[in-house]
Amino acid sequence: MAELLPTKEAYIQALNQRHGEELQSRFSSATVAVCGLGGLGSNIAVSLARAGIGKLILIDFDRVDLTNLHRQQYKVSQIGMYKTEAMLDHLREINHFLELKAHTVRITEQNAAELLKDADIICEAFDDAKCKAMLVDIVFGTMQKKYLVAASGMAGLGSANSIKTRKIAERFYLCGDEASDVADGIGLVSSRVLLCAAHQAHMVLRILAEKFET
Amino acid sequence: MVKVNGELLAIAGKTAEEYLSEANYDTARVAIECNGRIIPKAEYGKTVFLDGDSIEVVSFVGGG
Repeated sequence: MAELLPTKEAYIQALNQRHGEELQSRFSSATVAVCGLGGLGSNIAVSLARAGIGKLILIDFDRVDLTNLHRQQYKVSQIGMYKTEAMLDHLREINHFLELKAHTVRITEQNAAELLKDADIICEAFDDAKCKAMLVDIVFGTMQKKYLVAASGMAGLGSANSIKTRKIAERFYLCGDEASDVADGIGLVSSRVLLCAAHQAHMVLRILAEKFET
Repeated sequence: MVKVNGELLAIAGKTAEEYLSEANYDTARVAIECNGRIIPKAEYGKTVFLDGDSIEVVSFVGGG
């Protein structure tokens, strides 16, 4: 099988063809951290891997559960695996030249600086509202140059069009409808979570391309 | 007056902590942007809102 895989040069050439050399070199030289590998994070990671982001830092403490399969990028055969391990397998099948670093830990105020030190852009992809706010506090309380792309409000069957990307402050973008709480209704459905994950992944690419929201 | 989430409020002189408490926000779920800058939570007690400040309180909801 190995000899059938494309070479690194062929892979880069294919990405250059799609994105143009200048843009692809921005993507290829970027390091992006994905904090949480659930419905948002697993989908963000796949998008960024396909776009040829140079290095992904994947962080999650949890294992794949049957109840995750309705919206997260895992398979029945991966139930019980750590999400980091399952995601590494998946991403290597998409782009085996990606530089990947996985950390099977819970992000805390104590370990965040070390885990995120190489990241240019950080994607917040937790499910818990307090964890989301904690990461904002860590990034803007202790880190000077990193971008944060966070998410809030993507539960339920509300309109796809209500999911938006908004600039909150310098280097801080928020995606979602900012209202629909997972605790309020029917919970998360794959399509709407995917929309929000796509907003986040897309904002990452726009930051790298220097196309900013105002 | 201080502009909070688009609304003018007479809260100049109050700290971020005082305002959040009076407005019944759960501090653990919010981020506060003040004039384009995110205020770290450790500074909520000593950050005083001034006349003319523009504030946004982002209140996170769960799901991901």
